[in-house]
Amino acid sequence: MNTAIGRPVDRVDGHAKVTGGARYTAEISLPGLTYAAVVGARIPSGRVESVDASRALSAGGVLAVLTHENLPKIAGQPRLLPSLLGAAAPGQSFFPMQDAAVHYAGQPVALVVAESHEQAQYAASLVDVAYRREPSITAIDEGRDRVYEAQRLFGGLMPGRDERGDVGTALAEAPVRIEAGYRFAANHHNALEPPATTAVWEDGRLTLYDSTMGIRATQLTVAHLLGLPLSHVRVITHFVGGGFGSKAMTWPHVTLAAMAARHVGRPVRLALTRAQTYTSNGHREEQEQRISLGATRDGRLTAIRHHKLSITSHFDDWAEPATGVSSQLYDVEHYEGVHSLIHGNTMTPTFTRGPGETLGVFVLETAMDELAYELGVDPVELRLRNHARTDPRGNPWSSDGLAECLRLGAERFGWHGRDPRPRARRDGDWLIGTGMAAAAYPVAFFMPEQRARARVYEDGSAVVQTGTQEFGTGVLTVATQVAADALGLPLESVRFEAGDTDLPNTSAAVGSAGAGMVSAAVHAAATALRDRLVAMAVTDADSPLHGADPAAVEVADGRMRLRDRPETGETYADLMIRRRLADAEEVGSWTPPPLTTPHGLLTFGAQFAEVAVDPGLGLIRVRRMTGVFAPGRVLNPKLARSQLMGGMVWGLSQALLEGNEMDTRHGRWGASNLGEYLVPVNADIPEITVEFVEVEDDVVPLGIKGVGEIGQVGAAAAVANAVFHATGRRLRRLPLAAELVMDPPASS
Amino acid sequence: MGIDLTAEAARRRTPTVRGPSEQPVVLTVNGTHHAVALEPRVSLLDALRDRLGLTGSKKGCDQGTCGACTVWVDGRRVLACLTLAIACEGRQVTTIEGVATDGEPHPMQRAFIEHDAFQCGYCTPGQIMSAIALIEEGNAETDEDIAEFMSGNICRCAAYPGIRQAIKDVRDARERP
Repeated sequence: MNTAIGRPVDRVDGHAKVTGGARYTAEISLPGLTYAAVVGARIPSGRVESVDASRALSAGGVLAVLTHENLPKIAGQPRLLPSLLGAAAPGQSFFPMQDAAVHYAGQPVALVVAESHEQAQYAASLVDVAYRREPSITAIDEGRDRVYEAQRLFGGLMPGRDERGDVGTALAEAPVRIEAGYRFAANHHNALEPPATTAVWEDGRLTLYDSTMGIRATQLTVAHLLGLPLSHVRVITHFVGGGFGSKAMTWPHVTLAAMAARHVGRPVRLALTRAQTYTSNGHREEQEQRISLGATRDGRLTAIRHHKLSITSHFDDWAEPATGVSSQLYDVEHYEGVHSLIHGNTMTPTFTRGPGETLGVFVLETAMDELAYELGVDPVELRLRNHARTDPRGNPWSSDGLAECLRLGAERFGWHGRDPRPRARRDGDWLIGTGMAAAAYPVAFFMPEQRARARVYEDGSAVVQTGTQEFGTGVLTVATQVAADALGLPLESVRFEAGDTDLPNTSAAVGSAGAGMVSAAVHAAATALRDRLVAMAVTDADSPLHGADPAAVEVADGRMRLRDRPETGETYADLMIRRRLADAEEVGSWTPPPLTTPHGLLTFGAQFAEVAVDPGLGLIRVRRMTGVFAPGRVLNPKLARSQLMGGMVWGLSQALLEGNEMDTRHGRWGASNLGEYLVPVNADIPEITVEFVEVEDDVVPLGIKGVGEIGQVGAAAAVANAVFHATGRRLRRLPLAAELVMDPPASS
Repeated sequence: MGIDLTAEAARRRTPTVRGPSEQPVVLTVNGTHHAVALEPRVSLLDALRDRLGLTGSKKGCDQGTCGACTVWVDGRRVLACLTLAIACEGRQVTTIEGVATDGEPHPMQRAFIEHDAFQCGYCTPGQIMSAIALIEEGNAETDEDIAEFMSGNICRCAAYPGIRQAIKDVRDARERP
């Protein structure tokens, strides 16, 4: 029986979202609610000399002003580990307002609590903070004499260096070499819902309504910081207005809300302003990358050297890992990937959609395009020729599909017969170009056991629960589909509940792992419950199924029946009513395969784009995009398509729009609003084609490899390669600037 | 429209000072009158969300750049975060909670679900308020118009093609006799 999985059913939460009925964190109303406003440091480095809160305290409705002088000390600082691990996951290993030191602009230095949102905001403007500024480093250019090689990343989880063979010799001996450096501006997630937390204390127990991609991570992190037993912290999150990584880790404002609520003895809502999101939930760090490809004349890669330099905070060795794909995608004997860092006066950067690999692949796939031109080989053919059949350890891929994606994409896009010469195609004032890139993204497997609970009622309906949260991925819908099929119930008889740490635990839904791990846990719970009810029936003398082999029983529309004699059977409801069971329940769990599984773990895809460039005005417009992906089992093609398309738009945006520059004089971001930090609007986005290549995968949970990231990977490279085809200009800085494509070329 | 220059009109135009303390204000939202006490600096968005419990209108930026707070005032789409609540006295405010008829979703709401024109849903109420208004305004005639006149509503999940398709469907269904 397989009726719901794979069908393009509408979102189960669609009605709530289109009617305004879906409640997000800052919309939870509670009796006695108060409002907090954060005061952020105006300097990037130095000390708070004094805080004069007298004017703020005498303003109307103000209940408290908290600073480093009166905020209690935290009980302990957890290590910075990705939230997928299922441990505490602070966004940075620094907690503010513990002393007078200032490490980055925007660092919370005071917190005002008032009766109304307006009163809190107004009073925050009256807090008079005097600073002593010290020298700062807020951009790579200011710290070039302080570069160091990262030994480990992510709290020691990942090595900073990955090498095999002898890359120096191989590059020196390579008949063809491509070498280039790239610069990337910082990116901000700009999820449309700014992070918010509402904290309520009752009898020493804390309830947090939090806008997070991982309620469990919030629970673990806040409990650790406040020294509370885990049982005393409950986190509730029903709807989250987008994450993209900004809500993957637990940032200081969450715990500050809890501390403020304890201080005033009333519930506190802390909602960050749009501007504060630029300095409160991490960002994609400013970075430079350098790549060298060595190849034979017939287009076989022999060596890749891929280095990344980026700026992190003073307290964490954080870098988006940029070499996970370049080290694996192509069959290359000699490889060297290195992450170097500069400690600077920014907060700790964090996961941003397609973390690391989206820029790592931009570099790799731009260089591959150059190599294709150098050799006179078609870019699609060059990828096919070099695609690795195994991972670098020699393990076969859990599933592949890259070649199929490349071929299908080329066909759908109309790649064949392309004249590769730059500036060969025109449409009026516009130069037209097409470009492509391969895409790959690592499948992450380092989560702990995931659990879910399934319950069937005597009326034959079911409720299935797990402690995940909905932030746009469609997890509520796909988990309902998985549960319905496993229980043999129609979709409308199954309700899926999530968003509460009192439910069985799952990890944060990050790294494209959410759908897979939640589905696996839900499937385990629902299957266990179905098996139990079937076992009950076949051992019940009053059941038509009495004495049957459980393996010969299937369930459809809530009716257990013999597979080869469907007329023999009974419904769950009949069985349960006869047995006087109001409900029946099972918990199920799923544990990922060990990290040593003898399989390569990448999700594959291919990206194609057509651009039009007006060299007189410096305009770049993407006319169409085609993405083909092999993400394993697709639970719901309608929702998966949306997420992949969203990723492709993020890639387009990364290429053409998004970037923030540091104003190094003040150590503050140049942009801190959606008027100055550009994100795509409707008119920026062309029609986008998304196709799937089916691959079977029996290593990943239920064959699901995830669609959260892979749509973005390679998209920016396809756009930039198309810009080269259109203009003959190789663009090595993102976002692409107008002057780079204008005629005559700007001298830069 | 000409400007009324009579003395009576001039008197009516003379501003009345209200505030800074809370003032009694009557807001008419989705056809219902609400008597509330509001400081003059309270935005329509905060009045809807925090005072009236109508949280369908979303706060994405609070500075008029994202469109998530789009509502109608006297039938025109406005950004509720840049509109003072007290200035809406005597006007008809319509929010996402008010576009259904007798509990039946508006065709645009249904079309958004059908075309999966959202993911996280946070921008969706504002998108739908703009989308319905777009057709009324006559700004949904061409694909280019739809893209252009919907560009005040940011969707960070990037469901833009689905949003355009939903609008076209509703427009075409209306035009069919």
